[in-house]
Amino acid sequence: MLTALVLLPVVAAIVVMLVPGGRREVHLPLGIALSIFPLALAGYLFWVFEPAAGFQYVDRVTWYEPWGIDWHLGVDGISLPMVVLTTLLVPIALAASTSIDRRIKEFVVYTLFLEAGLIGAFLSLDLFLFFVFFEAMLIPMYFIIGIWGSERRIYAAMKFLIYTAFGSALMLAAIIGLALTHVDQTGSASFALSDLAALDLSVGAERLFFAAFAIAFAIKVPLFPFHTWLPDAHVEAPTAGSVLLAAVLLKLGTYGLLRFNMALFPEASVDAIPIMAILAVIGIIYGAVVAIVQPDLKKLVAYSSVSHLGFIVLGTFALTSGGLQGAVIQNVNHGLTTGALFLLVGMIYDRRHTKKIADFGGLQKTVPLLAGFFLFMTFASIGLPGLNGFIGEFLVLMGSFPALPSLTVIAALGVVLAAIYLLWAYERVFTGVPDKDENKALSDLSAREIALLAPLAALIVVIGIYPGLLLDKITPSTEAVIDHVVEQTDFVVPEPGRIADVHVAGDEG
Amino acid sequence: MIDLLWLVIALPLGGAAFLHFFGRYVREPLSGWLASAAIGTAFFIAAIAAVPFFQGEAEPSTIPIWEWMPALGANFELLWDPLAALMTLVVTGVGTLIHVFAIGYMHGDERFHRFFTNLNLFAASMLTLVLAGNYAMLFLGWELVGLCSYLLIGFWHTRPTAAAAAKKAFVVNRIGDLGFMIGLMVVFATFSTFSYSGIFERAGEELTGGLATAIGLLFLVGAAGKSAQIPLYVWLPDAMEGPTPVSALIHAATMVTAGVYVIARSAPIYEFTPFASTVVASVGALTAIWAASIALAQRDIKKVLAYSTISQLGFMFLAVGATAYVAGIFHLMTHAFFKALLFLGAGSVIHAMSDEQDMHRMGGLFRKMPVTAVTMAIGALALAGIPPLAGFWSKDEILAADFARGGWFYFLWIIGLITALLTAFYITRLWVLVFLGEPRWEEKAHPHESPRVMTLPLIALAALSFVGGLVNTPFRLTLEHFLEPSFEGVHIQHATDDWLTLAILAGLSILAAAAGAGAGYLAYRRPPERWRRFEDSFEPLWGTWEQAYGVDDLYGLTLVTPGRRLAEAAAFSFDAGVVDGAVNGVGRVVRGMGDWIRPLQTGFVRNYGVLFLAGAVVVVAWLVAGGS
Repeated sequence: MLTALVLLPVVAAIVVMLVPGGRREVHLPLGIALSIFPLALAGYLFWVFEPAAGFQYVDRVTWYEPWGIDWHLGVDGISLPMVVLTTLLVPIALAASTSIDRRIKEFVVYTLFLEAGLIGAFLSLDLFLFFVFFEAMLIPMYFIIGIWGSERRIYAAMKFLIYTAFGSALMLAAIIGLALTHVDQTGSASFALSDLAALDLSVGAERLFFAAFAIAFAIKVPLFPFHTWLPDAHVEAPTAGSVLLAAVLLKLGTYGLLRFNMALFPEASVDAIPIMAILAVIGIIYGAVVAIVQPDLKKLVAYSSVSHLGFIVLGTFALTSGGLQGAVIQNVNHGLTTGALFLLVGMIYDRRHTKKIADFGGLQKTVPLLAGFFLFMTFASIGLPGLNGFIGEFLVLMGSFPALPSLTVIAALGVVLAAIYLLWAYERVFTGVPDKDENKALSDLSAREIALLAPLAALIVVIGIYPGLLLDKITPSTEAVIDHVVEQTDFVVPEPGRIADVHVAGDEG
Repeated sequence: MIDLLWLVIALPLGGAAFLHFFGRYVREPLSGWLASAAIGTAFFIAAIAAVPFFQGEAEPSTIPIWEWMPALGANFELLWDPLAALMTLVVTGVGTLIHVFAIGYMHGDERFHRFFTNLNLFAASMLTLVLAGNYAMLFLGWELVGLCSYLLIGFWHTRPTAAAAAKKAFVVNRIGDLGFMIGLMVVFATFSTFSYSGIFERAGEELTGGLATAIGLLFLVGAAGKSAQIPLYVWLPDAMEGPTPVSALIHAATMVTAGVYVIARSAPIYEFTPFASTVVASVGALTAIWAASIALAQRDIKKVLAYSTISQLGFMFLAVGATAYVAGIFHLMTHAFFKALLFLGAGSVIHAMSDEQDMHRMGGLFRKMPVTAVTMAIGALALAGIPPLAGFWSKDEILAADFARGGWFYFLWIIGLITALLTAFYITRLWVLVFLGEPRWEEKAHPHESPRVMTLPLIALAALSFVGGLVNTPFRLTLEHFLEPSFEGVHIQHATDDWLTLAILAGLSILAAAAGAGAGYLAYRRPPERWRRFEDSFEPLWGTWEQAYGVDDLYGLTLVTPGRRLAEAAAFSFDAGVVDGAVNGVGRVVRGMGDWIRPLQTGFVRNYGVLFLAGAVVVVAWLVAGGS
């Protein structure tokens, strides 16, 4: 089933390619229609998924015997939500791309390839395979930014590509290092996650490999100070690109830290808690502060991502039940809300051909529905209880506090800052009297646009009041991560009931 | 009836949902009546469910609804006890009257149904707050009322001042919430649960070594945000940008009392930290006199009432900080009656004067709108603390309890007494300026009495303000006995039993109130030149009060402007210059390589190969260096 899930978008892409060019009105609807199939399959997978069963629906076929590389896919409670999120957002992103006026066929094809790469990366249990997917998705994303982006698209696309490829190179080195170590220790070659996780690494090697993986993922998240590619990429990317970039691509970073760093290098992960947590908190505060004064609405949302993803990394490295659950569910939540915010910015851009906050004012008067959705997503992003963002943030904060009290208190400041940058932006864009002529005659959301936003809004409410829908699936897998780390190291989970600052105090060595 | 308790929240929530999606198909007054019916029905359900408590035979009960965040032990569950019941009755009762009033007040507004959507949503949120069975769910309601406050302050969104006020309210509240949230972190880290019963049962054994004080002070930060206490009160005066029924419901009668409620609800925690309690009382006393002095000199009728609300909330903090929880909740209730009345009365005046709010341009309105004038007079006397009206009993109980506590609280008692005098003065000033004297408005203003739909709620609230205090008098402590099950095992500060002391204290309160009211009447009954000169004789103090001590400017100068500078420096100098500058510097080196791959759209595979190669080079170098 999982192989089918990866291949369905590829098949869809091929079908779209085969339809003769020049018929613009055909390719986009066709792409949207075909992208429903992966969504349906992922929905079915979500339905039949057994939370307690660990990795399941495993497909394992030998790919290149001498090197021990397998086509090896499996799904657990950490990857499942990401796969569903990906398949959900692709049709929406495509349907939001009606304003793309050239080379639409290629655009659809690239987006579908991107989807395949993302699903493959989330499902891979073989490190080589993961790397292939991880790299492969750069290609379509690069073109999506580079071809359909705005003025400085080439610069942004190059920056995105080079930055990510740099991290990938480090990771590839570490993957090969791990594989060679495996040959050393067992005499046979393997890239399987479970095999490599069982290796007995020296402290130095483990830390080195950890660093290589961590940098690759930190660039992807992005963690401060590796974040400056993100605002550029977002500002230049077309709406669909921004949506998928923020909602899913970035999550490969947080996902990778949780899936690979924790599994492969538990000892080094525990040792790195102070560093990672500090970087996460810097990201939360720094991203938010920088977002406040951004003159470009899209850039503002991009920086808000830097801030929000910091919470995910913080929760991950708190290594408590609440922290990890919060991190995984926040992966989804951020995807929904920020994806929706980018959609809305795109809808505003389609109408006004500008993203500069100063060009707006009083839009609530002219486009009340759009304003209503924007405000809704704003509050979801701010972490209003009853909506999804709160669940992730609250779990992360409550879960991290026993482990990292001082850092968590600082991180909580991000909650105040989020209200400042988003509500101030809302005030400047939507309230007041529309005084510029261009803003007076805008049309409100069309039925198509409402249809794109409504499912996201509905999910945001559902997760907000019944997070068990996701948490029930997630929890056994996050507990397994904690158990793994506890088994492999002398780490003691800082349970609530006693506040211990041991990790910040630093128990290096 | 307890099985149907969830309806108390579900009815206004359903009303909000219905009006949100279908409101525009419902004609104007009907949507308002639907919303009023939703909350009115909630009142009746709550009243019936509260009957066992009145009979003094029911135990508090917890009603689970569904799982929310099981990892945190935070679920949807309702706690039905006398405290929750009283709060629910106040919220739904006063809420219903204000809903009805708003049908008249909002007449003709193009977003009429939207207003009632938000008003119903607010009611549901506030009821979630008071009915919550654990701190996490309380926090849910706590934040949702903040949302509704934001939406309703900024209801007239085309007014830039309203939009700015809405944002300010939300952000300042968030600062308080930060403290509250950190308090919740400490609570969870200590107890592994958010459930009231789970926490309160083990409070004695777990709250050691300053933990209770930490929690108590952090909760106070949250309470100071929501209940507009020093130093976080600055959002409430601005919140008057919202329609007046909003000011009455949210910014006087209900939402702003949430801080008082939280502290009363957390009494079993404060039990272990007399220090935090004393801080609560001191903040309350300071806020009470501070805001009352500002209220003296305001010209805007709503601003007087706003600062008055801040001041009265200070009284409630003074009570709960002295562990006189019943007195605090008692004053919360009576204040809800008379302050809602005063705000609605002010709304009636503003409505009649075609949106005029400056009292200097009012005067002589008694004859034009007698019902409003008389009902507001009752509200004013109740606030001033003139017996036997409601405010007298509750305020006197607070002062007497503080006096009985002694020590530092003698000092707070004196502050309270002075505040009582100021209160009587400013509210008399307001009433005289508005209703007596010569008209200072232009002939074409045509003030008129408001329609029945507005005056009937005024009359109902006036009746409550008249007799509401009788539920707890030194002669008959009905409320005290009613609330007993909610404060089991908690020490409650009472006034002294000594009747002579009690009588002297009451006499002093009455004297202060009468002196303030008398002075206010005498000063403002005179022609405008005379009372203007009277005000001028207080310069420069009067101007300082009128400018509210310039606190907004001070915050702007010390916090907002430097904050923005910092953000600009971070964004444009540091992020764009230093961090991205470094990246681009590295990039320029890579650009050498990049220049080959410029014809991007043709030679992709080759380029990718180059990068791949570069990666491989690093790998080899790594391995040679002995990485593994």
